[in-house]
Amino acid sequence: MRDQRLWTWHVMAGLVILVFLGLHMTIMHLDAIVGIFNPADPHPIAWANVVARARMGFFTVSYIVLLGAALFHGLYGLRNILFELGPGRGVKSVLNVALTVGGVGLFVFGAWAAWAAGVLARTL
Amino acid sequence: MLDNMGHPNRLGVWGWLGGGKWGLERYLYTLHRLTGLGLLLYFLLHIFVTSARAFGSEAWAASMGRVSGGVFVLGEFMVFAAFAFHAANGVRLVLVELGWAIGRPIEPVYPYRTSVHEQRPLALGIMVVAGLLVLAGGLDFFILH
Repeated sequence: MRDQRLWTWHVMAGLVILVFLGLHMTIMHLDAIVGIFNPADPHPIAWANVVARARMGFFTVSYIVLLGAALFHGLYGLRNILFELGPGRGVKSVLNVALTVGGVGLFVFGAWAAWAAGVLARTL
Repeated sequence: MLDNMGHPNRLGVWGWLGGGKWGLERYLYTLHRLTGLGLLLYFLLHIFVTSARAFGSEAWAASMGRVSGGVFVLGEFMVFAAFAFHAANGVRLVLVELGWAIGRPIEPVYPYRTSVHEQRPLALGIMVVAGLLVLAGGLDFFILH
């Protein structure tokens, strides 16, 4: 039952990623074709564009949502692959703890970075 | 415990890496996992690299400077291509998991038909979409820039 629930979340997270990572990829890597959300400079990673996007609350929220969804989707997928190799019960427990702690830690760090970048951008 | 008839049900990495004779969809499954692992590795590094924007323009420029150059452009394009495939194939997997695009259950009457006959057009269509996205990415990465 627990794995069914986690699998459902895995699929739901994939759909969230499809929307937000699709937008991110379009902005960052189809910029010469589509050209959206890069108001200050033709190059998406130019500091002026980074600041312009960081000032928009939408991007702060979308980065944090994408971060959480991608970490869960990716680490749960990795867990499934590793579990299919047939590790013992002890190794499974260690993997569960390591992936959960690692995922939460990365989420906290990444969410802080997105929030701090937004705060910094509004002071410039 | 299930009787495994002397054949252990643990094929290890080959169990998911090898498509064997199971056809196109089985190889898409293998490629889905490989691209997923690649995207995860990139994403974990990406969190640290892009966090530099929280420390100002100099930190951002230094961080971007460490990941610039021809090799990184090629690597980023491979990440884009992996994303295009993983996303398109993921949509196919969701549709199939929800029971769409696999046809209705039918009586096993000769000549037999399996759900693969129904799924195959979806798989091919999805690969065309992924291919078009990769082409658009290649145009943006290598020609328009």
